[in-house]
Amino acid sequence: MVARIRQSSPSAYGMSHLVTLFQGRFRKILAPLAAIAIFTILWELFSLTPDAGLPGPITTLQETWYLIANPFFDNGSMDKGLFWQVLASLQRVAIGYAAAAIIGIALGMLVGANRFMYDALDPLFQVLRTIPPLAWLPISLAIFRDSNPSAIFVIFITAIWPIIINTTVGVQQVPQDYKNVARVLRLSRKDYFFEVLFPATVPYIFTGLRIGIGLSWLAIIAAEMLIGGVGIGFFIWDAWNSSRMSEIVLSLIYVGVVGLLLDRMIAFIEHRIVPNERT
Amino acid sequence: MIPFVDIDHVDKVFPLPNGNHYIALAGIDLTIQKGEFVSLIGHSGCGKSTLLNIIAGLDQATRGGIVLEGREVDHPGPDRMVVFQNYSLLPWKTVYQNIALAVDSTLKHLPKGERRGIVEHNVDLVGLRRARDRYPHELSGGMKQRVAIARALAIRPKLLLLDEPFGALDALTRGSLQEKLMAICEESHITCIMVTHDVDEALLLSDRVVMLTNGPEARIGEVLKVSISHPRHRLEVVNHPDYYNLRNQIINFLNQQKRANRARLLAQKAA
Repeated sequence: MVARIRQSSPSAYGMSHLVTLFQGRFRKILAPLAAIAIFTILWELFSLTPDAGLPGPITTLQETWYLIANPFFDNGSMDKGLFWQVLASLQRVAIGYAAAAIIGIALGMLVGANRFMYDALDPLFQVLRTIPPLAWLPISLAIFRDSNPSAIFVIFITAIWPIIINTTVGVQQVPQDYKNVARVLRLSRKDYFFEVLFPATVPYIFTGLRIGIGLSWLAIIAAEMLIGGVGIGFFIWDAWNSSRMSEIVLSLIYVGVVGLLLDRMIAFIEHRIVPNERT
Repeated sequence: MIPFVDIDHVDKVFPLPNGNHYIALAGIDLTIQKGEFVSLIGHSGCGKSTLLNIIAGLDQATRGGIVLEGREVDHPGPDRMVVFQNYSLLPWKTVYQNIALAVDSTLKHLPKGERRGIVEHNVDLVGLRRARDRYPHELSGGMKQRVAIARALAIRPKLLLLDEPFGALDALTRGSLQEKLMAICEESHITCIMVTHDVDEALLLSDRVVMLTNGPEARIGEVLKVSISHPRHRLEVVNHPDYYNLRNQIINFLNQQKRANRARLLAQKAA
């Protein structure tokens, strides 16, 4: 029996090899890399058109290389490396978000468990949550006068609403079955809270926390643009005022990556606390 | 003799959103002796689960009431432990922890070591030693129901209430769990009230079968005494001379109810 060897041309072989690579186990890495590569090429092409205000990736890299290579420099006042800028923003987020989480979860549980509180406060929450973060800034500055606490307050007031509302829903959605078990066993209030109510609500709480962290990061960038000081938001605004477009582009990339990392961090904590089988 | 459980002229009326009322149960009168196993059987929607919830204290009768050992029942408690149709296991707790929750919250007066022993004993009783540290989502339906039964039995309730406990299980699992339940009831002489659809199950497990008429205004239609002696074996009980006689009585009753229901619906349409 003679086996027929399939003759494929070198280019066809290379093509099929490429396709196989994309279908293999490296797909999760190669596919996004390919998309980013294509995006970067398009970006460069766009920047080469006349009148394009945006620097291309190559230009950006050249002009901001100093910043990328030296994230930790500190020349005093507001002239600091990008690490310190991002850190300053993160610190404000940390304080505001932590406060929003603690107060938000507590308030959410109270409103969810108590029908009267829910009827009284929910309409108020629904109105307050639609106010954009920056709209709170003038009030915040009027109350706190200092720019730092004002920014932290803006984060707090932005992040707290999804946390409260999702926690409330979580409390209200505890299945009647579990409540019946608690009733038959005559669980004490403390036991009911720790053994039934809180574990049932945790997934909802984390939904609120993830939305909250995203909104917090959004809010701080915007707030910092207005109030100044050390922070990645002000860095962007300052670069705009000095027409240093490449620095703005670099900052945006940093902001996006940090935002993603923050979201992943919450998701990671969630997966540690809530094994993801639960129905 | 004071009955163990006295269901005294229980009515249950549900207010409807449009202002009308739905009379689910009308004048349920039943007494149950200690150590008895009673099945409640009837068509879907006749109010069996409603009645069971009232006996458990999870719901209140509109009129009449339940008296357990001379004390009135108006709220739920561990002395009337329920095995729910949907298992109702807490998904964030393992098999051991689910049973331990019941034991720790109701047998507080016992020392920790003894409580732990009770939980372990009941885990073994239902044959779940190997699944002791698994979570509900890692268990099959039959295993989950076994946990629910272990949880109920661990606290030694006066009354065990089962709401279609084996309804969601396949025939083989159902059979083996029925035998286990029978063995446990034999050993501990626990009083049981079980709601079921399954006529054969009722005949296998019960001392008496209580047949409810269809809703609305469901009443007790007939009460059948199952005179087959204990211990009963699932595969042999069908050979008992009275078995098919009893079975036919129940089936006839249920068919009668179905016909009465249909007649009533036609009469309503004509009106």
